[in-house]
Formats: sequence, structure tokens, C-alpha cells
Amino acid sequence: MLLYFIKRLAGAVPVLIVVSGIIFALMQLAPGDAVTMLISDEASEADKARIREAWGLDRPPFIQFLNFLGNALTGDFGMSFRYKMPVIEIVMDRLPATIELAVAATLIAVGVGVPLGVLAAARPGTAWDAIASAFSFAGISMPNFWLGILLILLFAGYFNILPSGGREPWGLGVEHVTGFLIIDSILAGRWDALGAALKHLALPAIVLGTNMTGIITQMTRAQVLDALREDFVMTARSKGVSEARVLWRHAFRNAMVGVVTIIGLEFGTLLSGAMIVETVFAWPGIGSLLITGISSRDFPLIIGLVLVYTGMFIVMNLLIDLFYTLIDPRIRMN
Amino acid sequence: MDNASQTTMSLRDRWQKLREDYRHLTGFKGIYGVLTIVFLVVFGLFAELIAPHAPNRQDLMLALTPPDWRGPHVLGTDHVGRDILSRIIHGARVSLIIATAVALFASVAGVFLGIVSGYFRGRIDSAIQKVAEIFWSFPPLMLAIAIVAFIGQGLTIVIVALTAQRWIPYCRVTRAETMALREREFILAARSLGAGHWFILRQHILPNVMLSVIVMTSFAMANAIISESSLSFLGLGVPPSIPTWGGMLADSRSYISSAWWMALFPGLAIFLTVLGLNLLGDALRNQFDPKLKAH
Repeated sequence: MLLYFIKRLAGAVPVLIVVSGIIFALMQLAPGDAVTMLISDEASEADKARIREAWGLDRPPFIQFLNFLGNALTGDFGMSFRYKMPVIEIVMDRLPATIELAVAATLIAVGVGVPLGVLAAARPGTAWDAIASAFSFAGISMPNFWLGILLILLFAGYFNILPSGGREPWGLGVEHVTGFLIIDSILAGRWDALGAALKHLALPAIVLGTNMTGIITQMTRAQVLDALREDFVMTARSKGVSEARVLWRHAFRNAMVGVVTIIGLEFGTLLSGAMIVETVFAWPGIGSLLITGISSRDFPLIIGLVLVYTGMFIVMNLLIDLFYTLIDPRIRMN
Repeated sequence: MDNASQTTMSLRDRWQKLREDYRHLTGFKGIYGVLTIVFLVVFGLFAELIAPHAPNRQDLMLALTPPDWRGPHVLGTDHVGRDILSRIIHGARVSLIIATAVALFASVAGVFLGIVSGYFRGRIDSAIQKVAEIFWSFPPLMLAIAIVAFIGQGLTIVIVALTAQRWIPYCRVTRAETMALREREFILAARSLGAGHWFILRQHILPNVMLSVIVMTSFAMANAIISESSLSFLGLGVPPSIPTWGGMLADSRSYISSAWWMALFPGLAIFLTVLGLNLLGDALRNQFDPKLKAH
């Protein structure tokens, strides 16, 4: 098992190298001179040459790429043009906010989508089923930036009960130990801070979770309906097991494997969605950082972030595969 | 049903049988989906004739006029006095162009690579699958964002950027179907009659994967529209001089407390269009592809 995991992880390394190669090649296609991001366009040629040399921009692209790869292996993604700080430090500082948001969104999606899907499957063709279906199609088709704006309009503007953006009120004064504001508030015993953090988290998490809720509802319904047709359900029923128990203990448990897989597969969409949701709600995660990096043409930051995103996506897919092999002995590892 | 009884069917019976045979497409999902496409195409092609105002005509005196069904600005105006309804109608053009182009290029490339991969297997297959794996390892939209961020804005670049990943689902599905098809008797029969590989791919494999391709295309178009509007919303889409639904929503953010109509209507256009294409895809899938059917 461990060997399999290590083998799969090692298999991801070449993919990451090619991915960085693609991003590096795209960077070479960018119009304009990267040095103008670091120094005024009116600077003398000598100054520009000095900056180029200092940042390694004078070397051939391929050498730059090899240097980058070598450094990246040690966790060094270079210096950000804009922040004049190591990329890895900025990313690590911002990453907990994104993870917090993504976890909250997933919890909402599972908490709403799974019961709704089971309900629809238990009563196919009824009004419940129709409502679940309408809800899930609406969720899947909803542009998250629009939903975000509408909810801000409603809850921050009209009712004025939730903040319109940001992650914590100014001067909250909770020490960032783990970087996860909710955990930090609990560690510090600051329940007021926890409340404030949850209030800020509510709207972005709902918006980010909406799309996934729709997909989980549909998939849960389909999986449970499939499981209800299986022989073991008929056996259970003929033994006189109650319908609720058949549904939850037999059908639902078997359907969960598929549902967990979907959660994993949707993780990539969640990461992309987070970029947009973070931008709408001024959430200080790596998604809004990437968008800022792009608008300020901060190349080292962009390439570092794309790699972090892609790495997270690859690892997540790997974990899902592992989960699958663990839970279902019919799938052989090879 | 044999031919004899079919010919004796009354017109009414025949109509009912047709309706029954195509019940998924003639249900709500199918009809709403088709209407969505009709509206998108008509607005996209004839925006100038339909829109009550020029989409970029500014009138600062009329800036932020609230919606008024008696007109002249039925859905109100934006921060520089441009008519929202006219901009939504013109915005359909970008959505139509991008959805059509991405679905077309992605399906042609994906289906070609998919059937070649599944039919020839071996080294061609593993090479194509390796490329697919690499492009698929970017989270959705990430590769598109990187391409637009580095190379620059523009309609062609957005189309290329969105196609870069969209061909992969076509490739995977048609590959799997081709692998199943190539073992079937009619392919073996064609082979033994001396048919060439390309002939078989064109005459026997391609027609048999087309239904799945049509189903996927509906979803691919929905995905392209939502991706394009996301890019435009982030300021990474087509140049801001061209009206787009995503761009209109980006504009609305600064006026969120004073002009709700700037946010509501363009978003509604995206939502209803994407919903229609997703519902149509579902209806097509239920109709033609019971294997993929979600009951």
C-alpha cells in the first residue's frame, strides 16, 4: 500500500515538471520586457542590465527554467516582483485562508447535497424529487460570481446582517498560530472572534459550495437509486428490514463510495471557483493573490501559484484513487 | 414493430408514437434547452436589429437609470448611461461565438484523437493519453487563465485557451467507445473484406460515437459560456470594448449598493443560458444514451 502510494507520488513529479515547462514557455510568449515590472521604463539601459542580471533574466530561457526547477525542488520558487519577498512565503501565508474556504464549501455541499439526493432517490418521481432536481440544475448552472454579488446585495446591503467581504474585522487581534482563523480563535478561547470569522466565512463558503451541492445532489440520487436496485437490498427487504434502514444502512452506505469520488473529482473545480469567489469577496487566499499577480504581471508569483494549485489538484486525485482502492477491494492496485 | 402495422397507423397514432419515442426531448428540459439555443443564435446573429439602442452609446445624463418597463431603458442603464438590455443582447454574440468555436474545435480534435487512440492502441494511444493527462492536471480554468494572462486578451486567445482542456472529455469518451467497437463483428467483417483503417474509422467508428459527441457538446457549450464569462469577469476575457455578460457583471461591482439592475440582469442571462444548455444535455443523454443516464 505504502509502496503504491510512493510510486504514484513519484509518477506525479514528471507531470509537474512538464506543467512548469508549459507555464514557462507561455511566459516566454508574453509581450513586453519583464524587467519593466521591476524598474521604471525610463531607467537607463545600464540600470536595466544590472536588474536583469540580478534577477537572472539575462540568461537563456532554458537555463532560467533549469535554475527554476532546481530551486523549486528545494521549495524555493524565487522572489515575487511585486512584493519583493520569496514566493513560497507569500503563498504559505495565504494558503490557510483558501483551505478554510474550500473545506467550509465542501462541508456545505455535502451537508445539503447528500440528504437532498437521498431524499430524491427514496421518493423518485415525487415533488421532492422534482425540487431536488430543479435545485441541483440551478446550482450547476449558477455563475458563482453572480450569486456572490446577489448575496452581497441581499445580506450585506439590504438586510445588513453579514459582512460584504474580507476574512476578519479590522483589529480582531487573534494571533495567527495555524493561520486557520477558526482554529486560532478556538485556541485563543476567543468566542467573539470565532463568531466574527464564521460570519465572514458564511457567504463565500455558500457561494463556492453551490455548484458542488448541485453535482453532489445529482450523483447521490443516481448512486442511491442504483444501490436500491441491487440484490442485497431485495434480500434485506425480504428479511423484513425497515425501509428507512434499507435506505440508510444498505443503499446509502454503498452509494457513498461514488459520492466521495465525486467530491474528489470536484476539488479542481472548487479550486478554480475559489479564485473567483475570493476575488468577489476580497478573501485573502491564494486565488485572489493569483489574480493580483496576473494584473501586476508578477511572473514568479504566477508560476509558483500555478504549480501549487496543480500540485494540490494532483495530490487530491491521488488521495481519491487511494481511498477508492482502500474502500473497494475489487479494484486491484497495479 | 413491423412495416405492415406501421403503414396502417393513423396519423394521430404515429404522432403519439413519435412523441413517446422522443419523450425526453419533447419534455420541459428539451424544449427549454432548444429555446435557449434559438434565443442565443437569434440574438447573436441579429443583435443590431433587435437591440433598442447601440450597446456602447454613452449618455452620462442618463447614467444609472433604474429599470422601467415603459422604456426607453427597460432594464435600466449602467454607470456611463449605456442601455443594459441592448448590451445583454449584444453580449449574446460573444457567448455564441465562443461556445460554438470551443465546442467545434474541441470536438473535432478530441474525437479525432480519441478514435485514433482507441482504434490503434499501442504507442499512439499512450502518447495521446500522456498529453491528455498533462493538460488535465491543471485545475479547470487555470490553464486558460495562464494562457490569457501571459499572451494577452482577445477573442481568438480565449477560444484557444478554453479549447486547450475541453478536447479531453471528448477524447476519453470516444476512446473508450472505440475500444469497445473495434471488437465488434461488423468491424471484423469490414476488416476481413479488406477495408483500410481510415475507411473503418470514418465509415464505421465515427458514426457510432456521434451520439455521445452530441450529448457532450451541449455540456461543452454550457461550460464554455460560464468559463468565458468568468474570464471576462476577472478582466481576462475579450477586450472591454466588446460587451460581454461577464464584463457587465465586473462593471456592476462598483455600483452594487446603488444599481442592483447592473448586476441582476447580465447574471440572469448567463444563468438562464447555461441552465438551458445543461438541461438540453441531460435530455439528450436520457434520450440517446441510456448507459450514461442518471435514471
